[in-house]
Amino acid sequence: MGSPMNERVSTVPSPAPWSVRTKREARQAAIKSWLEGMVYLCPSLLLFGVFLFYPLGRTMYLSVFHTDYQGHPTEFVGLAHFVALLQDASFWHSLKATVLFAALTVPTTVAVSFGLALLAHETRKGIGIFRTIFASTMGMSVGVASVIWMFMYNPAIGIINRLVSAIGGTPVSWLLDQDTALYAVAAATIWMNIGLTFLLLLAGLQNIDPSLYESARIAGMSYWRQLWTVTVPLLSPTLFFVTTVSLIQALQTFGQIDFLTKGGPVEATNVFVYAIYREAFVNYQFGSASAQALVLFLIIAIVTFLQFRFAERKVHYQ
Amino acid sequence: MKIARATAHYVLLCLCSVVILFPVAYALLMSLMDGAAILSGRLWPEKGTLVNYEAAFQQAPLGRYLWNSFFVAFMITVGRLIVSSLAAFAFVFLRFPGRDRWFYVCIATMLVPWEATVIPNFLTIQALGWTNHYAGLIVPFWAMAFGIFLLRQQFKQIPHELYEAAQLSGMGNFRFFCRVVLPLSKTSLVTLAVYSFLDAWNMYLWPLLVTNDDRVRTVQIGLKQLQTQEIASSWGVVMAAAVIAMLPTLLLLFAGQKQLRKGLMQGAIQ
Repeated sequence: MGSPMNERVSTVPSPAPWSVRTKREARQAAIKSWLEGMVYLCPSLLLFGVFLFYPLGRTMYLSVFHTDYQGHPTEFVGLAHFVALLQDASFWHSLKATVLFAALTVPTTVAVSFGLALLAHETRKGIGIFRTIFASTMGMSVGVASVIWMFMYNPAIGIINRLVSAIGGTPVSWLLDQDTALYAVAAATIWMNIGLTFLLLLAGLQNIDPSLYESARIAGMSYWRQLWTVTVPLLSPTLFFVTTVSLIQALQTFGQIDFLTKGGPVEATNVFVYAIYREAFVNYQFGSASAQALVLFLIIAIVTFLQFRFAERKVHYQ
Repeated sequence: MKIARATAHYVLLCLCSVVILFPVAYALLMSLMDGAAILSGRLWPEKGTLVNYEAAFQQAPLGRYLWNSFFVAFMITVGRLIVSSLAAFAFVFLRFPGRDRWFYVCIATMLVPWEATVIPNFLTIQALGWTNHYAGLIVPFWAMAFGIFLLRQQFKQIPHELYEAAQLSGMGNFRFFCRVVLPLSKTSLVTLAVYSFLDAWNMYLWPLLVTNDDRVRTVQIGLKQLQTQEIASSWGVVMAAAVIAMLPTLLLLFAGQKQLRKGLMQGAIQ
């Protein structure tokens, strides 16, 4: 491949092949290395271009238009969709439901997973089995988890109401009651998300130098003191990471909502992504759905950016 | 004192396990009962029956759904491994103008949630005629910043001297990539593969949008179909389908749990 090029190069009077390079040679080499680099990058860049950057730009474009049923822009409306969103009670409602949902799921998921990771971190006979059990919900897909919880919540024959009746309570229509639906979905979500969070926190715990615990023990620190003075500070980058990941996941919740409540009752569980889905693919309002999607993009970009900044600082610090 | 502590620890571990496993066990038990037994509120099947499993395969194309999910998840995984490892290789070993700029472009994609692009993507897939085709379910997920990032971290661990030696011996970049870099990165590749497979198997919104035909529908959408069609007395069938649908990912997770725990952290915190 390089031979014709080499011949041409050899006609240029240059004494040592690597010491003095002519400008043209250097440029050719740069172009060649650039071409080679791009060959390796082009699958990624092409795919990102077609399925990420183009659609992101297109979402921005659509957000300032009215569209027809096929998603073609019909009439330029400027920022009207955004203004309408800000004045729309159901937008604020879905924002509120999303925030409440995140507040219900994220801290609980992280706290429970942290507890489980602490339990599973100690070396004991058969601990591997427990680790596998704790991580197992990661293997539960959204569909499987949702149908199981849906059945457990079933007002007539589900196990939860049977237990409630057994202890003398009145049965509740968990998923059909405005006051309980979001909590019920949140509980199912926490269960689904424990697996991955647990696994990441356990890995974080295992990265902590065991000799630190040794010295803490020699210094006579109790288990709880060790937890606060050694474990939590050293695990804080991991804790922060899993919290942001869970938060982003919570903001993107869709599957379990579609299975369990379809955004109801009376929009009680109409979280952000579900609202976007309905606006776009049920109502065919692609323009206003795009505006909502951009709001979500902005929120998630800020959260992710903060995560990067924080993680970066941690790395420098170490 | 020591024994008391160990006992307490085991008791806690078992209690937590019971709570976590309960929904799965419940689904399994219910799937083994006929309709009347489920309605009677029994928790333990008097005598197990497999009628629900038979029905799940007969009433719905569950086998087809499972195959579709498997094929789609497998193809997404393979594609991701190829695309991500090629890019990561360029970012670590090759020197070319604009390399770092392109790396930031790839990392920046992490800021964009999938939902912000889903509407135009849906329209693109429609325009390409890929609705109800495997391609529409697979190709958009091949490029993945997390995969590039994870593999880049791994490739950076490979001593640069190896690359220089390979260059001196006249080994081309692509051969070096195939013969040296990939075999040395098995752990990370397996981590990414397990993660991608679970992630792809779990996909819900996208298959819901781009398929409406049983021939290509994945098992998640299949479960949704079953659940909407079934009436209360057939919950056993739905549970049987759920049990079958959880088996592949659960087995994969059991096999790859250790690997995943070690590998994911490498990409996450470094």
